[in-house]
Amino acid sequence: MRFAVLVFPGTWSDWDCVYALEDLGQTAERVWHRETALDDYDGVILPGGFSYGDHLRCGAIARFSPVMSALERFAASGKPVFGSCNGFQILCEAGLLPGVLQRNASMQFRCQPQQLSVERVDSGFTGACEPGQIVQLPISHGEGQYFAPPQVLDELEDAGRVLFRYHGENPNGSLRDIAGIVNPAGNVLGMMPHPERASDALLGGTDGNYIWRSIIEHWG
Amino acid sequence: MQYKAEIHVTLKRTVNDPQGLAIRGGLHSLGFETVESVRAGKFIEVWLEADSAQEAQRLADDMSDRLLANPVIEDYRVELVAADQARTSPRSAGGGVT
Repeated sequence: MRFAVLVFPGTWSDWDCVYALEDLGQTAERVWHRETALDDYDGVILPGGFSYGDHLRCGAIARFSPVMSALERFAASGKPVFGSCNGFQILCEAGLLPGVLQRNASMQFRCQPQQLSVERVDSGFTGACEPGQIVQLPISHGEGQYFAPPQVLDELEDAGRVLFRYHGENPNGSLRDIAGIVNPAGNVLGMMPHPERASDALLGGTDGNYIWRSIIEHWG
Repeated sequence: MQYKAEIHVTLKRTVNDPQGLAIRGGLHSLGFETVESVRAGKFIEVWLEADSAQEAQRLADDMSDRLLANPVIEDYRVELVAADQARTSPRSAGGGVT
C-alpha cells in the first residue's frame, strides 16, 4: 500500500510512522499539510505531535489546514484513515470522529507503556488480533481524556465503535476507559496510544504492528 | 467602525475541569481554605471592523461557533465594545495585550 503520513507544523511522530510502515514493506511518504490532493494514496496517517503548538485547543488550528478538505473526501471514499494522539485530537476537532480529548484528569503528562484491550477483531484496524487480546502500546500525552455526551457514548458502544479500551489503570480519566474509536463506516480510527513507537523489537515491543498489519490485510 | 469583542470561553457545567481542580488545590495550599470551587476558562480579545454592532456581534458569534469554542464541551459569551470606547487600541497595546 502507499500511505500518506500528514505533517503539520509541530507534528513529530511522522518519521516513526514512515519507518514502521516501510519496515512492513509498504510505501510511506510524508505529506505537508498544505497539499490539497490525497487521491494517489491508499491510506492516510495523522501522526502524533503538537500541531500549531496545541494553541487554543489541541488540533483546533490544524483542522483548517488545506489538506483537511482532501482528507474529508478521502475518508468519505472508504479508504483507511488512522490518527494517533494529536492525530486523534485533529480528527475529533474536524468532526470526522465524535467527542473531544480533554486535559488528563490527573493534570499530569503521562508517558508510559499502556495495556489496552482489543474490543473487537472484526474491524479493518484489528483483524490481525486475537479475540480478547491485550496489547501494550506507549502513551505520551497531557490531553487524552476522552469526553463525549452520554448519548454519544451509548451510540459508540451500541454500534461497536469502541475498538480499544485502557486495560488496568485508566491513565487519563477517559470516559468508559475509551482509548480508540472508529467512525460509523469503520474506516477512520483515532486512538491516543502510539503504535509506531511499538513497531520494532529495539523499542521494547512490537504490538503496534498488529494495527499496521490489520490495515494492510484489510485494505491492501 | 472598529469593535472589540471580548469572548469568554467556559467549560459547560456538566464537564469535568481538571485545571480548575488543580487551581483549587493550589489556593487551598496557599491558605485560601474557604475556596469551594474553581472553574478555568479562556478570555479572547478580538479587534475587528464591522458596519454595525449587530454585524460585529454576528461575526464574533460565528467565529466562536466555528473555532474559538468547542461546542461539545464549551460555552461562550461575547461582550462587544466600540473600539473608541475601549481603553487601549490594538496598535498601542502591542498585539492586544492590555
